[in-house]
Amino acid sequence: MLRVLLMAAAIPLMAGSAMADGELHVTIKDHKFQPDRLEVPSGAKFKLLVKNEDSTAEEFESFELNREKVVPPGQEIPVFLGPLDKGEYSYFGDFHQDTAKGVLIAK
Amino acid sequence: MLASMLIVFREVLEAGLIVGIVLAASEGVAGRGFWVAAGIGAGVLGASTVAAFASAIAGALQGVGQEVFTAAILMVAVCMLGWHSTWMAKHGREMAAQFSAMGRAVKGGDKSLMALAIVVAVAILREGSEVVLFLYGIAVSSGEGPARLLIGGVFGLVLAGFVSYLLYRGLVAIPLRYLFTVTNWLIALLAAGMAGQAASVLASADILPSWGDHLWNTSFLLRDDSWIGSAFHALVGYSARPSGVQVVAYVGTLAIIVALTKLANPGRASQSRSPGAPARPVSEIR
Repeated sequence: MLRVLLMAAAIPLMAGSAMADGELHVTIKDHKFQPDRLEVPSGAKFKLLVKNEDSTAEEFESFELNREKVVPPGQEIPVFLGPLDKGEYSYFGDFHQDTAKGVLIAK
Repeated sequence: MLASMLIVFREVLEAGLIVGIVLAASEGVAGRGFWVAAGIGAGVLGASTVAAFASAIAGALQGVGQEVFTAAILMVAVCMLGWHSTWMAKHGREMAAQFSAMGRAVKGGDKSLMALAIVVAVAILREGSEVVLFLYGIAVSSGEGPARLLIGGVFGLVLAGFVSYLLYRGLVAIPLRYLFTVTNWLIALLAAGMAGQAASVLASADILPSWGDHLWNTSFLLRDDSWIGSAFHALVGYSARPSGVQVVAYVGTLAIIVALTKLANPGRASQSRSPGAPARPVSEIR
Protein backbone atom coordinates (compact mmCIF):
# COMPACT_ATOMS: atom_id res chain seq x y z
CA MET A 1 0.00 0.00 0.00
CA LEU A 2 2.72 2.41 0.99
CA ARG A 3 4.63 1.50 -2.12
CA VAL A 4 1.60 2.25 -4.27
CA LEU A 5 1.18 5.63 -2.59
CA LEU A 6 4.83 6.46 -3.06
CA MET A 7 4.64 5.49 -6.70
CA ALA A 8 1.52 7.57 -7.17
CA ALA A 9 3.30 10.52 -5.60
CA ALA A 10 6.35 9.99 -7.75
CA ILE A 11 4.51 9.88 -11.09
CA PRO A 12 3.82 13.62 -11.31
CA LEU A 13 7.46 14.30 -10.45
CA MET A 14 8.69 11.90 -13.10
CA ALA A 15 6.22 13.24 -15.63
CA GLY A 16 7.38 16.76 -14.86
CA SER A 17 4.74 19.41 -14.55
CA ALA A 18 6.72 22.49 -13.59
CA MET A 19 5.47 25.32 -15.71
CA ALA A 20 6.48 28.94 -15.46
CA ASP A 21 4.74 31.69 -17.43
CA GLY A 22 3.04 29.20 -19.71
CA GLU A 23 6.37 27.77 -20.79
CA LEU A 24 7.42 24.13 -20.69
CA HIS A 25 10.77 22.63 -21.59
CA VAL A 26 11.78 19.50 -23.43
CA THR A 27 15.36 18.62 -24.29
CA ILE A 28 16.57 16.39 -27.10
CA LYS A 29 19.71 14.47 -26.17
CA ASP A 30 21.12 11.34 -27.81
CA HIS A 31 18.07 11.45 -30.09
CA LYS A 32 15.68 11.09 -27.15
CA PHE A 33 13.25 13.51 -25.58
CA GLN A 34 13.79 14.38 -21.91
CA PRO A 35 11.34 14.18 -20.27
CA ASP A 36 9.45 11.92 -22.61
CA ARG A 37 6.21 12.31 -20.63
CA LEU A 38 5.09 15.78 -19.76
CA GLU A 39 1.94 17.04 -18.11
CA VAL A 40 0.49 20.12 -19.75
CA PRO A 41 -2.58 22.19 -18.97
CA SER A 42 -5.77 21.54 -20.89
CA GLY A 43 -7.87 24.44 -22.09
CA ALA A 44 -5.02 26.95 -22.13
CA LYS A 45 -2.40 28.12 -24.55
CA PHE A 46 1.20 27.37 -23.67
CA LYS A 47 4.64 27.36 -25.22
CA LEU A 48 6.74 24.21 -25.44
CA LEU A 49 10.42 25.11 -25.72
CA VAL A 50 12.27 22.30 -27.44
CA LYS A 51 16.03 22.34 -27.03
CA ASN A 52 18.31 20.21 -29.19
CA GLU A 53 21.57 19.28 -27.45
CA ASP A 54 22.61 16.86 -30.19
CA SER A 55 25.01 17.77 -32.95
CA THR A 56 22.53 17.07 -35.73
CA ALA A 57 19.15 18.55 -36.58
CA GLU A 58 15.90 17.02 -35.38
CA GLU A 59 12.33 17.65 -36.40
CA PHE A 60 9.68 17.92 -33.73
CA GLU A 61 6.60 16.37 -35.29
CA SER A 62 3.15 15.39 -34.10
CA PHE A 63 0.15 14.41 -36.14
CA GLU A 64 -2.11 14.64 -33.13
CA LEU A 65 -0.95 18.16 -32.34
CA ASN A 66 -0.68 19.09 -36.03
CA ARG A 67 2.87 20.39 -35.60
CA GLU A 68 6.08 19.98 -37.58
CA LYS A 69 9.14 22.05 -36.82
CA VAL A 70 12.86 21.64 -37.41
CA VAL A 71 15.07 22.02 -34.33
CA PRO A 72 18.63 22.81 -35.47
CA PRO A 73 21.52 21.50 -33.35
CA GLY A 74 22.24 23.52 -30.22
CA GLN A 75 19.12 25.57 -30.60
CA GLU A 76 15.91 26.03 -28.63
CA ILE A 77 12.74 26.65 -30.59
CA PRO A 78 9.22 27.48 -29.39
CA VAL A 79 6.23 25.30 -30.29
CA PHE A 80 2.98 27.10 -29.61
CA LEU A 81 0.28 24.74 -28.39
CA GLY A 82 -3.18 24.65 -26.96
CA PRO A 83 -5.80 25.08 -25.88
CA LEU A 84 -5.87 21.25 -25.80
CA ASP A 85 -8.66 18.93 -24.80
CA LYS A 86 -7.86 16.53 -21.97
CA GLY A 87 -5.99 13.51 -23.22
CA GLU A 88 -2.67 12.21 -24.48
CA TYR A 89 -0.83 13.64 -27.47
CA SER A 90 2.15 11.77 -28.82
CA TYR A 91 4.98 13.41 -30.72
CA PHE A 92 8.24 12.20 -32.20
CA GLY A 93 11.51 13.26 -33.76
CA ASP A 94 11.04 12.75 -37.46
CA PHE A 95 14.73 12.14 -38.10
CA HIS A 96 15.12 9.52 -35.35
CA GLN A 97 11.73 7.89 -35.07
CA ASP A 98 13.10 4.74 -33.40
CA THR A 99 14.30 6.54 -30.29
CA ALA A 100 12.84 10.04 -30.22
CA LYS A 101 9.32 9.58 -28.87
CA GLY A 102 7.35 11.54 -26.35
CA VAL A 103 3.89 12.26 -25.12
CA LEU A 104 2.10 15.28 -23.69
CA ILE A 105 -0.63 14.60 -21.15
CA ALA A 106 -3.19 17.37 -21.04
CA LYS A 107 -4.91 17.46 -17.65
CA MET B 1 17.53 1.43 -43.55
CA LEU B 2 13.77 1.03 -43.82
CA ALA B 3 13.20 4.06 -41.62
CA SER B 4 15.42 6.30 -43.71
CA MET B 5 13.82 4.98 -46.87
CA LEU B 6 10.35 5.81 -45.58
CA ILE B 7 11.29 9.33 -44.50
CA VAL B 8 12.94 10.20 -47.80
CA PHE B 9 10.13 8.50 -49.71
CA ARG B 10 7.48 10.58 -47.98
CA GLU B 11 9.21 13.92 -48.43
CA VAL B 12 10.24 13.29 -52.04
CA LEU B 13 6.80 11.93 -52.90
CA GLU B 14 5.13 15.13 -51.72
CA ALA B 15 7.31 17.20 -54.02
CA GLY B 16 7.31 14.61 -56.81
CA LEU B 17 3.53 14.43 -57.08
CA ILE B 18 3.43 18.19 -57.58
CA VAL B 19 6.03 17.88 -60.35
CA GLY B 20 3.85 15.14 -61.90
CA ILE B 21 0.80 17.44 -61.93
CA VAL B 22 2.82 20.32 -63.38
CA LEU B 23 4.17 18.08 -66.14
CA ALA B 24 0.68 16.87 -67.01
CA ALA B 25 -0.76 20.41 -66.84
CA SER B 26 1.90 21.67 -69.23
CA GLU B 27 1.58 18.75 -71.62
CA GLY B 28 1.91 20.02 -75.16
CA VAL B 29 3.58 23.36 -74.36
CA ALA B 30 6.93 23.92 -76.07
CA GLY B 31 9.90 24.30 -73.75
CA ARG B 32 8.29 22.80 -70.67
CA GLY B 33 11.14 20.31 -70.22
CA PHE B 34 13.55 23.19 -69.76
CA TRP B 35 11.31 25.07 -67.32
CA VAL B 36 10.45 22.05 -65.19
CA ALA B 37 14.13 21.05 -65.08
CA ALA B 38 15.01 24.63 -64.11
CA GLY B 39 12.38 24.48 -61.34
CA ILE B 40 13.80 21.21 -60.04
CA GLY B 41 17.34 22.57 -60.17
CA ALA B 42 16.39 25.78 -58.37
CA GLY B 43 14.44 23.73 -55.80
CA VAL B 44 17.39 21.45 -55.01
CA LEU B 45 19.73 24.43 -54.76
CA GLY B 46 17.21 26.27 -52.58
CA ALA B 47 16.68 23.22 -50.35
CA SER B 48 20.43 22.91 -49.72
CA THR B 49 20.68 26.64 -49.00
CA VAL B 50 17.73 26.54 -46.60
CA ALA B 51 19.24 23.50 -44.85
CA ALA B 52 22.57 25.30 -44.53
CA PHE B 53 20.87 28.32 -42.97
CA ALA B 54 18.39 26.27 -40.92
CA SER B 55 19.73 27.65 -37.65
CA ALA B 56 19.50 31.25 -38.77
CA ILE B 57 15.97 30.78 -40.13
CA ALA B 58 14.77 28.91 -37.02
CA GLY B 59 16.22 31.58 -34.74
CA ALA B 60 14.75 34.52 -36.65
CA LEU B 61 11.67 36.48 -35.55
CA GLN B 62 11.67 35.17 -31.94
CA GLY B 63 11.76 31.58 -33.08
CA VAL B 64 8.96 31.65 -35.64
CA GLY B 65 11.17 32.39 -38.66
CA GLN B 66 10.59 28.87 -39.99
CA GLU B 67 6.83 29.28 -40.02
CA VAL B 68 6.91 32.73 -41.62
CA PHE B 69 9.38 31.53 -44.26
CA THR B 70 7.33 28.42 -45.07
CA ALA B 71 4.08 30.37 -45.28
CA ALA B 72 5.72 33.01 -47.51
CA ILE B 73 7.06 30.53 -50.07
CA LEU B 74 3.76 28.62 -50.03
CA MET B 75 1.86 31.83 -50.78
CA VAL B 76 4.21 32.56 -53.69
CA ALA B 77 3.35 29.12 -55.07
CA VAL B 78 -0.38 29.75 -54.51
CA CYS B 79 -0.16 33.01 -56.49
CA MET B 80 1.69 31.26 -59.32
CA LEU B 81 -0.92 28.50 -59.45
CA GLY B 82 -3.71 31.09 -59.47
CA TRP B 83 -1.95 32.94 -62.27
CA HIS B 84 -1.56 29.72 -64.24
CA SER B 85 -5.27 28.96 -63.79
CA THR B 86 -6.32 32.28 -65.32
CA TRP B 87 -3.78 31.84 -68.10
CA MET B 88 -5.28 28.44 -68.90
CA ALA B 89 -8.77 29.95 -68.85
CA LYS B 90 -7.69 32.43 -71.52
CA HIS B 91 -5.47 30.23 -73.64
CA GLY B 92 -6.30 26.67 -72.69
CA ARG B 93 -8.87 26.24 -75.41
CA GLU B 94 -6.64 27.31 -78.30
CA MET B 95 -3.74 25.41 -76.78
CA ALA B 96 -5.68 22.16 -76.61
CA ALA B 97 -7.02 22.75 -80.12
CA GLN B 98 -3.61 23.44 -81.64
CA PHE B 99 -1.97 20.63 -79.80
CA SER B 100 -4.65 18.22 -80.92
CA ALA B 101 -4.74 19.46 -84.51
CA MET B 102 -1.02 19.57 -85.10
CA GLY B 103 0.03 16.88 -82.69
CA ARG B 104 3.00 18.91 -81.61
CA ALA B 105 4.03 21.32 -78.93
CA VAL B 106 2.40 24.73 -78.75
CA LYS B 107 4.57 27.83 -78.51
CA GLY B 108 3.86 30.87 -76.40
CA GLY B 109 3.28 29.39 -73.00
CA ASP B 110 6.55 30.65 -71.53
CA LYS B 111 5.02 32.86 -68.85
CA SER B 112 2.74 30.11 -67.65
CA LEU B 113 5.68 27.71 -67.64
CA MET B 114 7.74 30.14 -65.58
CA ALA B 115 4.94 30.27 -63.00
CA LEU B 116 4.81 26.47 -62.88
CA ALA B 117 8.61 26.25 -62.61
CA ILE B 118 8.39 28.45 -59.50
CA VAL B 119 5.76 26.10 -58.07
CA VAL B 120 8.07 23.13 -58.68
CA ALA B 121 10.97 24.99 -57.06
CA VAL B 122 8.89 25.84 -53.97
CA ALA B 123 7.63 22.26 -53.60
CA ILE B 124 11.15 20.84 -53.79
CA LEU B 125 12.66 23.54 -51.61
CA ARG B 126 10.13 22.89 -48.87
CA GLU B 127 10.30 19.09 -48.74
CA GLY B 128 13.91 18.90 -49.90
CA SER B 129 15.39 20.98 -47.09
CA GLU B 130 14.15 18.36 -44.61
CA VAL B 131 15.67 15.56 -46.67
CA VAL B 132 18.98 17.42 -46.79
CA LEU B 133 18.98 17.98 -43.01
CA PHE B 134 18.07 14.34 -42.42
CA LEU B 135 20.69 12.91 -44.77
CA TYR B 136 23.32 15.34 -43.52
CA GLY B 137 22.60 14.16 -39.99
CA ILE B 138 23.14 10.58 -41.09
CA ALA B 139 26.32 11.42 -42.94
CA VAL B 140 27.98 13.09 -39.95
CA SER B 141 26.78 10.72 -37.25
CA SER B 142 28.89 7.66 -36.65
CA GLY B 143 28.13 4.15 -35.49
CA GLU B 144 24.64 3.85 -36.92
CA GLY B 145 25.79 2.37 -40.19
CA PRO B 146 25.39 5.59 -42.17
CA ALA B 147 26.06 3.79 -45.45
CA ARG B 148 23.03 1.56 -45.05
CA LEU B 149 20.85 4.51 -44.06
CA LEU B 150 22.05 6.45 -47.08
CA ILE B 151 21.23 3.49 -49.32
CA GLY B 152 17.76 3.50 -47.77
CA GLY B 153 17.50 7.19 -48.57
CA VAL B 154 18.46 6.62 -52.19
CA PHE B 155 15.88 3.83 -52.47
CA GLY B 156 13.25 6.17 -51.04
CA LEU B 157 14.18 8.82 -53.58
CA VAL B 158 13.99 6.42 -56.53
CA LEU B 159 10.73 4.87 -55.34
CA ALA B 160 9.06 8.26 -54.82
CA GLY B 161 10.28 9.38 -58.24
CA PHE B 162 8.76 6.26 -59.75
CA VAL B 163 5.37 6.78 -58.08
CA SER B 164 5.37 10.42 -59.24
CA TYR B 165 6.16 9.24 -62.76
CA LEU B 166 3.24 6.80 -62.58
CA LEU B 167 0.94 9.68 -61.62
CA TYR B 168 2.18 11.68 -64.61
CA ARG B 169 1.71 8.74 -66.99
CA GLY B 170 -1.74 8.10 -65.56
CA LEU B 171 -2.73 11.73 -66.08
CA VAL B 172 -1.49 12.01 -69.65
CA ALA B 173 -3.27 8.76 -70.50
CA ILE B 174 -6.49 10.76 -70.04
CA PRO B 175 -7.92 11.70 -73.45
CA LEU B 176 -6.82 15.19 -74.42
CA ARG B 177 -10.32 16.65 -74.35
CA TYR B 178 -10.50 15.86 -70.63
CA LEU B 179 -6.85 16.19 -69.67
CA PHE B 180 -6.84 19.95 -69.05
CA THR B 181 -10.17 19.78 -67.23
CA VAL B 182 -8.57 17.32 -64.82
CA THR B 183 -5.26 19.16 -64.49
CA ASN B 184 -7.02 22.52 -64.02
CA TRP B 185 -8.96 21.08 -61.11
CA LEU B 186 -5.82 19.49 -59.70
CA ILE B 187 -3.99 22.83 -59.95
CA ALA B 188 -6.87 24.61 -58.18
CA LEU B 189 -6.97 22.00 -55.40
CA LEU B 190 -3.17 22.09 -55.10
CA ALA B 191 -3.33 25.87 -54.65
CA ALA B 192 -6.12 25.56 -52.07
CA GLY B 193 -4.14 22.91 -50.17
CA MET B 194 -1.02 25.06 -50.13
CA ALA B 195 -2.98 28.10 -48.93
CA GLY B 196 -4.50 25.96 -46.19
CA GLN B 197 -1.08 24.74 -45.13
CA ALA B 198 0.27 28.31 -45.11
CA ALA B 199 -2.60 29.41 -42.84
CA SER B 200 -2.13 26.36 -40.62
CA VAL B 201 1.60 27.04 -40.29
CA LEU B 202 0.98 30.69 -39.36
CA ALA B 203 -1.62 29.58 -36.79
CA SER B 204 0.91 27.14 -35.32
CA ALA B 205 3.26 30.09 -34.82
CA ASP B 206 0.48 31.99 -33.05
CA ILE B 207 0.47 34.62 -35.83
CA LEU B 208 -3.01 33.80 -37.09
CA PRO B 209 -5.89 32.62 -34.88
CA SER B 210 -6.50 28.89 -35.34
CA TRP B 211 -10.31 29.12 -35.10
CA GLY B 212 -10.36 25.66 -33.61
CA ASP B 213 -7.31 23.43 -33.40
CA HIS B 214 -9.07 20.64 -35.19
CA LEU B 215 -12.49 21.12 -36.70
CA TRP B 216 -12.87 17.41 -37.33
CA ASN B 217 -10.81 14.25 -37.16
CA THR B 218 -10.80 11.82 -40.05
CA SER B 219 -7.69 9.90 -38.99
CA PHE B 220 -9.82 6.76 -38.64
CA LEU B 221 -10.43 6.95 -42.42
CA LEU B 222 -7.03 8.13 -43.65
CA ARG B 223 -4.11 8.79 -41.34
CA ASP B 224 -1.72 11.67 -41.94
CA ASP B 225 1.25 9.39 -41.37
CA SER B 226 0.25 6.81 -43.96
CA TRP B 227 1.89 7.31 -47.33
CA ILE B 228 -1.49 7.61 -49.04
CA GLY B 229 -2.28 10.28 -46.46
CA SER B 230 0.94 12.14 -47.37
CA ALA B 231 0.12 11.80 -51.06
CA PHE B 232 -3.31 13.34 -50.54
CA HIS B 233 -1.73 15.96 -48.29
CA ALA B 234 0.57 17.00 -51.12
CA LEU B 235 -2.03 16.76 -53.87
CA VAL B 236 -5.19 18.27 -52.40
CA GLY B 237 -4.03 19.50 -48.98
CA TYR B 238 -5.57 16.65 -47.02
CA SER B 239 -5.23 16.93 -43.27
CA ALA B 240 -6.91 14.51 -40.86
CA ARG B 241 -7.29 17.22 -38.22
CA PRO B 242 -7.56 20.58 -39.99
CA SER B 243 -7.68 23.81 -38.03
CA GLY B 244 -10.49 26.27 -38.64
CA VAL B 245 -8.27 28.85 -40.31
CA GLN B 246 -6.86 26.13 -42.58
CA VAL B 247 -10.34 25.21 -43.84
CA VAL B 248 -11.25 28.88 -44.36
CA ALA B 249 -8.05 29.51 -46.37
CA TYR B 250 -8.65 26.34 -48.38
CA VAL B 251 -12.24 27.11 -49.33
CA GLY B 252 -11.49 30.81 -49.87
CA THR B 253 -8.58 30.10 -52.24
CA LEU B 254 -10.59 27.55 -54.20
CA ALA B 255 -13.46 30.04 -54.56
CA ILE B 256 -11.12 32.83 -55.67
CA ILE B 257 -9.45 30.66 -58.32
CA VAL B 258 -12.77 29.42 -59.69
CA ALA B 259 -14.04 33.02 -59.78
CA LEU B 260 -10.86 34.28 -61.48
CA THR B 261 -11.03 31.64 -64.19
CA LYS B 262 -14.69 32.48 -64.82
CA LEU B 263 -13.77 36.17 -65.11
CA ALA B 264 -10.88 35.38 -67.43
CA ASN B 265 -13.14 33.45 -69.73
CA PRO B 266 -16.71 34.77 -69.27
CA GLY B 267 -18.00 33.46 -72.57
CA ARG B 268 -18.18 29.92 -71.41
CA ALA B 269 -20.10 30.38 -68.19
CA SER B 270 -23.15 28.48 -69.44
CA GLN B 271 -21.19 25.40 -70.39
CA SER B 272 -18.40 25.57 -67.86
CA ARG B 273 -17.17 22.37 -66.35
CA SER B 274 -14.09 23.39 -64.48
CA PRO B 275 -11.75 26.27 -63.86
CA GLY B 276 -10.13 27.06 -67.18
CA ALA B 277 -11.39 24.03 -69.05
CA PRO B 278 -11.61 24.17 -72.79
CA ALA B 279 -15.16 25.32 -73.41
CA ARG B 280 -15.89 22.92 -76.21
CA PRO B 281 -14.55 19.44 -76.58
CA VAL B 282 -11.42 19.54 -78.69
CA SER B 283 -12.95 17.18 -81.20
CA GLU B 284 -15.61 19.76 -82.08
CA ILE B 285 -13.06 22.48 -82.67
CA ARG B 286 -11.16 20.19 -84.91
